[in-house]
Amino acid sequence: MTPRRKRFAIALGVLAVVGGATALVLNAFQSNLVFFFSPSQIVAKEAPVGRTFRLGGLVVAGSVQREGVAVRFEVTDTATTVPVQFSGILPDLFKEGKGVVAQGKLENGVFQAKEVLAKHDENYMPPEAAEALKNAAKSNAKTATSVVTSP
Amino acid sequence: MIPEIGHFSLWLALGMALVLGTVPLVGAQTGRADFMALARPLSYLMFVFVALAFACLVASFIGHDFSVRYVATNSNTALPLQYRIAGVWGGHEGSLLLWVQMLVLWTVAVATFSRHLPTAVAARILAVMGLVAVGFLLFMLLTSNPFDRLFPAPAEGRDLNPLLQDPGMVIHPPMLYMGYVGFSVAFAFAIAALIGGTLDSTWARWTRPWTTVAWMFLTIGIALGSAWAYYELGWGGWWFWDPVENASLMPWLLGTALIHSLAVTEKRNSFKSWTVLLAILAFSFSLLGTFLVRSGVLSSVHAFATDPLRGQFILAFLAVVVGGSFALYAWRAPEVGIGKRFGLWSKESALLGNNVLLVVAALAVMLGTLYPLVLDALGMGKISVGPPYFDAVFMPLMAPAVFLMGIGPLARWKNAELPALAMRLRWAAVVAILGAVLTGALAGEVRLVATLGLVMAYWIVGSVVTDLWGRVHPHGLDWAQAPARLRQIPRALAGMMLAHLGIAVFCIGVVMVKAYEVESDVKMSVGDSTTVRGYTFTFDGIKELQGPNYVAAQGQMRVSRDGHSIADLRPEKRIYRVQQNPMTEAAIDAGLTRDLYVSLGEQVQGGAWIVRVYVKPFIDWIWGGCLLMALGGLLAVSDRRYRRAPGAEL
Repeated sequence: MTPRRKRFAIALGVLAVVGGATALVLNAFQSNLVFFFSPSQIVAKEAPVGRTFRLGGLVVAGSVQREGVAVRFEVTDTATTVPVQFSGILPDLFKEGKGVVAQGKLENGVFQAKEVLAKHDENYMPPEAAEALKNAAKSNAKTATSVVTSP
Repeated sequence: MIPEIGHFSLWLALGMALVLGTVPLVGAQTGRADFMALARPLSYLMFVFVALAFACLVASFIGHDFSVRYVATNSNTALPLQYRIAGVWGGHEGSLLLWVQMLVLWTVAVATFSRHLPTAVAARILAVMGLVAVGFLLFMLLTSNPFDRLFPAPAEGRDLNPLLQDPGMVIHPPMLYMGYVGFSVAFAFAIAALIGGTLDSTWARWTRPWTTVAWMFLTIGIALGSAWAYYELGWGGWWFWDPVENASLMPWLLGTALIHSLAVTEKRNSFKSWTVLLAILAFSFSLLGTFLVRSGVLSSVHAFATDPLRGQFILAFLAVVVGGSFALYAWRAPEVGIGKRFGLWSKESALLGNNVLLVVAALAVMLGTLYPLVLDALGMGKISVGPPYFDAVFMPLMAPAVFLMGIGPLARWKNAELPALAMRLRWAAVVAILGAVLTGALAGEVRLVATLGLVMAYWIVGSVVTDLWGRVHPHGLDWAQAPARLRQIPRALAGMMLAHLGIAVFCIGVVMVKAYEVESDVKMSVGDSTTVRGYTFTFDGIKELQGPNYVAAQGQMRVSRDGHSIADLRPEKRIYRVQQNPMTEAAIDAGLTRDLYVSLGEQVQGGAWIVRVYVKPFIDWIWGGCLLMALGGLLAVSDRRYRRAPGAEL
């Protein structure tokens, strides 16, 4: 093999590895993106059915019900509320009235959570939950002004 | 008074760093020996002042000086002494101080052990490290001063985050930072080489031990963090693809690539530009990790209170370092050259493949980590990239890397004979496949993915044994000479074998846990028992326990198998008095072939508890493998060719 062809072969090999890896990465990326939706968006039917996504907001006070290992609670962004079903152990920092993020799928109007995250301390709100509350507050404000200004 | 001394020392250290970052550099360019001679004393002085500041912060923590804001937010009078000291790096400001402390420690080490280097080279290296110190000292003094006072001083502190009150947390950050910051040495060597325009195998031989030591610390640091997550977070997982974990994995992958690329540069004087680029990248990713963790852009256990100024500063610093070094690289790399050519089938090719795979893996991790942040910053919605993505990408990239790991060490430099190589490795291949199937059968079920993973692990073992065999007992030689030949194996080579075996051990751990673990969440009343994988767990109720700064409900769990008692496990649910957050302390019966893992969930009606009962086969092999890798690194740096008498080089 001439040095020229050899160099060509090495370059080709590197390209093949990088190309294959890129295809693999983009493919995996496409199918594993998890989008985030707030309770208002879910009620407005913006959230996909049958695909995993994240839901964030506050745990409604008094809504947590345990039945053995299964647990039900409601998540709100102060505008609307979505029921959540989960099986297993809730994180230490899960509390009624505090921020929460759940990952799972929507089935018949109930959010079936595979994972519940509450990685925060008492003063810290998961950014997703904070976002949901902020958006709800915004739309609340909009409704309020429109009520005031409309004759 | 003590905090003021600390604060003032930091400013003095900044002054030293500024002079260190400029004067010796000018001296090296203009050939002024008196300027260059300043590099060493300035390094030592910088170290003294940073160490003094660090000592002042430790003293403030030990003495409960709550007039210091940082102490007030991260300590408490009831906090035990070891956690008051660990509290120094329990928050944002202090962990930065630890970063700088590690940086000056490395600088002093370089100043001490670089006497055999040409004066100009040593001066340039120390100057680059001084410039890095300038960036971090400025960052600390301008945006995150650990010595800020609080007036009026509170009577009591807010306590250290309970998650961090753990022996693992005392040593995890220093180890991790030693690794992160250690790559600044390789970076400084690379920049010095670019400025000086000479890069040869001598340069690679100087750089290698520093890189290996940094890599060793990073390996240990990551392993400690993973072990901590396993027993402290109470979920029983060992890696979550959390952005903060990724932040430490990316420099590790690039550092691993760098170690291998440096080997080629030293032995064959090849891959030269590539090695320099990797050295720059490894340190850039360390900085990126610092940015991710310390700027508050991430939500995770590590993210501290958000201050946009901090994020902007690190981002600007990152831009200066990365932009500056890439510009220098683009300008000077042609000077350095790419080095000697090599054959299509050779050790160089195998190492090139390894490098490409490791770098691509690091970039894939970066994509998954940064993409959500970028989208969010552009206001295009919130998304997250979960473990499935990383699993789907990482496994297929690492499988060929492991395959090459079996071939590379046995292939010859420059030109390898393919048929001869295949003949040498045929037994390793056979043993790998048979061993994997046999292991699956012993575990009770042969599964495809698990078998593939085990084939990779045994393939490495087979290759290392083949290599060892060939060196100890070559054809036609007497067995009597074998021990002598074993002793003749250079430590660098033995270190490589050990580190590769570490990867094999790690793989076995990962595969066995993933394929054969049993996780069960059950509701248990007093007297209930549940059986998982032949182990019977009996719940004897809850006892109350008083800790120094917490109260705990302690579960009493008996484990038996076939009527024989195996262990008494005492998982705890703690409430820390100050922060009032509940904390789960898992109870683990560790074993060579399995861990029994119990943690308390929450109490439900009628005194029953939801309990996690896990059996995790071979999980300790994961960290054992990391330890072997680090030991391999240690063995390699103790090789005699790095222990030349000072001055012998000149």
